[in-house]
Amino acid sequence: MIELVDVHKRFGSLEVIKGISASVAAGEVVCIIGPSGSGKSTILRCINGLESYEAGTITVEGVKVDRDAPSITAVRTQVSMVFQRFNLFPHRTALENVVEGPIYVKREARDAAMEHGRQLLERVGLANKAGSYPHELSGGQQQRVAIARALAMRPKAILFDEPTSALDPELVGEVLAVMRLLAEDGMTMVVVTHEISFAREVADRVLFLDHGVIVEEGKAAEVLSAPKHARTQDFLRRVLRPI
Amino acid sequence: MDTFLRQSIEFLPILAQGLRLTVIVTIGSLALSTALGLVWALMRVSGNRWLAGFAKSVVNVIRGIPIIVQLFYIYFVLPDFGISLTALQAAIIGLGVAYSAYQSENFRAGIEAIDRGQLEAAQSIGMGWWLTMRRVILPQAFKIVLPPYGNIMIMMLKDSSQASTITVAELALQGKLIASSTFQNTTVFTLVAALYLCMSLPLIWIVGRLEQRFGRR
Repeated sequence: MIELVDVHKRFGSLEVIKGISASVAAGEVVCIIGPSGSGKSTILRCINGLESYEAGTITVEGVKVDRDAPSITAVRTQVSMVFQRFNLFPHRTALENVVEGPIYVKREARDAAMEHGRQLLERVGLANKAGSYPHELSGGQQQRVAIARALAMRPKAILFDEPTSALDPELVGEVLAVMRLLAEDGMTMVVVTHEISFAREVADRVLFLDHGVIVEEGKAAEVLSAPKHARTQDFLRRVLRPI
Repeated sequence: MDTFLRQSIEFLPILAQGLRLTVIVTIGSLALSTALGLVWALMRVSGNRWLAGFAKSVVNVIRGIPIIVQLFYIYFVLPDFGISLTALQAAIIGLGVAYSAYQSENFRAGIEAIDRGQLEAAQSIGMGWWLTMRRVILPQAFKIVLPPYGNIMIMMLKDSSQASTITVAELALQGKLIASSTFQNTTVFTLVAALYLCMSLPLIWIVGRLEQRFGRR
């Protein structure tokens, strides 16, 4: 359902994506790993038009992703995004954050949206935090609200941009648990992450990016346990045994 | 002291007429400058090069001309082009336009202070530019903008006295008229100053409270 064909992207004179082609099927969980600066977050942000790209094509369900075209709204309502730093709206409660898109973008009836919002908060384990403001929640709770906000759009896929990187270590588990739940329910997910064990356990496929190209890709178990490429081996060694 | 009180009772009703005009000019130009300032600020952050450039030029031209000259221009020059305004209308429009430049810079600073992640979160749930502004950016910018906005209010209250230069008989001009016909300069101008303080001190206090409440976050 997500198709990338020879995508190139540059920031000024620096080319950060150098011809990436990949596809994500419906119901698939794809993890993107790689060193910082490899372009993994950028490629994710290109998929829902937060970044533009110069060459190649990205399509979501056959619709070309073009951030300057009116069709971008349709793309974004189908592909939600979860950010590293949560980016919840600080002036709205957890529930208000969740129902903002359904009510104001999709124009759903207020009562129905609220009801759906409550169900989603319950699903991420925060039924009792509906009336709390983001600054009253821990990082892990904020990220789970952000996941509920993404789900509220009834998306066909969710993009996760290092969803646990800004969390204290003891809060990582609760967020990953929610993500695993989504994966089990068959949600299409593209996850940029450093959580190798999560990728091994939950991902169907892993892409290893370095310097703007896909160095290695394949089944999660194969890439993570028996990497073929030297750069993948080197990266995994450094992530798994930092000292 | 006795004479001061006696003269005060005599002058205050006349000064009250001026006070009324001062309040009308201040509130009128405050409303106009707020609306116009918001328009300039939104044009500046619209991402459209032409709109942003236009708004920037307008703001710079307005900032580069003294308020008094702008008032003269609107009251004395516009009639040559077939636009005749009453002195009060000219004062409100003149001060409103002049202050829209400062309002705009304040609003723009508030909008640009909002974390970029907020814009991206709004976009990621399919919000367009206008909806993002209305539902996400402006409500947050409001808190940042409020304390400086209070200061602008106080400055406008005092600058409303410039309307006297185009014959609006507001507080300052009314005082001058009484003083020049009675020669009771001390009494009259003490009263005028006291009346301005009666309005500005509460405003200053409110702004202080707002800064305490929103300033730290």
